[in-house]
Amino acid sequence: MEFGVEEVFETAGMILFEHFDIRAVTLGVNLKDLVDRDAGRLAQDAGERLAGLGKRLVSEAGALSESMGLPIINKRLSITPAAWLIEPCAQADAPLVLAQALDRAACEAGVDFIGGFGALVQKGTTAADRRVMESLPQVLSSTQRLCGFLNLASTLAGMNMDAIVRLGHILKDMAAAGPNGIACAKFVAFCNAPEDNPFMAGAFHGGGEADAALNVGISGPGVVRAVVDKHPDADLTELSEIIRRTVFKITRGGELVGRELARRLGVPFGVVDISLAPTTAMGDSVGRILEGMGLERVGAPGTTAALALLIDAVKKGGAMASGRVGGLSGTFIPVSEDEAMIEAVEVGALSLEKLEAMTAVCSVGLDMFAVPGDTSAATLSAIIADELSIGMANDKTTGVRVIPAPGTVAGDSVDFGGLLGRAPVMPVNRFSGAAFVARGGRMPAPVRSLRN
Amino acid sequence: MEKERVFVVVLGKDQKGIIAQVSGLLFKHGANIEDVQQKVMDGTFVMTMLADITESASGSAGLRRALDELAESMGLKVMLHNEAVIKAMHRI
Repeated sequence: MEFGVEEVFETAGMILFEHFDIRAVTLGVNLKDLVDRDAGRLAQDAGERLAGLGKRLVSEAGALSESMGLPIINKRLSITPAAWLIEPCAQADAPLVLAQALDRAACEAGVDFIGGFGALVQKGTTAADRRVMESLPQVLSSTQRLCGFLNLASTLAGMNMDAIVRLGHILKDMAAAGPNGIACAKFVAFCNAPEDNPFMAGAFHGGGEADAALNVGISGPGVVRAVVDKHPDADLTELSEIIRRTVFKITRGGELVGRELARRLGVPFGVVDISLAPTTAMGDSVGRILEGMGLERVGAPGTTAALALLIDAVKKGGAMASGRVGGLSGTFIPVSEDEAMIEAVEVGALSLEKLEAMTAVCSVGLDMFAVPGDTSAATLSAIIADELSIGMANDKTTGVRVIPAPGTVAGDSVDFGGLLGRAPVMPVNRFSGAAFVARGGRMPAPVRSLRN
Repeated sequence: MEKERVFVVVLGKDQKGIIAQVSGLLFKHGANIEDVQQKVMDGTFVMTMLADITESASGSAGLRRALDELAESMGLKVMLHNEAVIKAMHRI
């Protein structure tokens, strides 16, 4: 089989100049067999298993990256939701004991994050769910690499407004517990959370999964942006075709890595998550793709349509490339991790309301945005309810990762450093939805859930 | 034994001795060159070499390190990809 110099150069150029990489390889690990009444024993057993598997993951991923010539950036672990693990533990601080062991294991293994400290509460909360929820401020502010999640709504079950109301207060406590509200950056509130998501902060190893599964998150906003920039005169049909072809190629690269890494680890290959995931690196931006399509700034009229075209083309290209597309598989539009999104907020082009509209057509929701420190718990709950409603009504995943940054006002900026980037503090509508969310209860599932 | 083949991609300013230096290095590391192509693209000299490294004691890691050193001394960029990556991305 022969390859032209252009084809080989295209792959090399994607990596050299356009930030193409395998963004995350995430090993999902079942821990249900380690459940024990003794929290200390559960924590010790879980820590040992995860440290061992994590070390192998890091080592094999490094060797594979070297032999393939494809960068693999992040190596991560995800676990069975923590609330299921601590069910029988009477010890009051069981969530914290487990959390600290998970964090130590991640550090020892050298993985950058471990996900799954959370609960599925879309229909109701168990005692264990509540204990995990209430532990989140202390857990996420006293650990380094542990990430938390809650699934608070689903298309089938409706929305657990009681839990969302409580979460508003928990988020305030979480924000106050660490500098710049950093603990909130390690937590996602979901609707329709996927059980095989390789991306943080929302990764967990779901109940329908095998003992272990290797999931891969590819990346490539820089690659897509480059092809969009090269075709300034293409109409939207042509543009979609061009993006599809590009995403096909990068997904195939991701699938190759996933399949081979799973083989080397001796675990089943789970999914390729085809989400376009921006980073703070110059040019590795989803916002710049949208601007390359012809928007003066992200947030300008036309933004939602441009994003809809982008994500549709990404899905079609990815689905053609792999029979194992899963996870979130959308387009990430985090504010703090994308240079164009940051600029758009700062120049007044992008509002919270427009950001919410954008999430109606793409995964994965309102991500990594900061709001003023005096934003009330009820308003946080209302913002979450709005966003999760979009997921619930449209049978898709949506999430919220909000940082009510202590001591800040709209127009300030919060720097989290590294991958988490810098979040300009966005103004929030000054009118209240507090009385609405305070009604509590469970919002019924939409009629589209009645499909049997 | 299944063959392990890699693509060596060299980019930069055209200059004397690129093919000689890169092929000499590959020979030294026990690689067998099966194909060479070169082209000037957007003003940049691009050369690709397909090399069988099955019998190379250095493996892809050792070869990559040596190529990086050579590329730096010549002011070039060099990438090394397993053939499987190119095949996956460019062929169905």
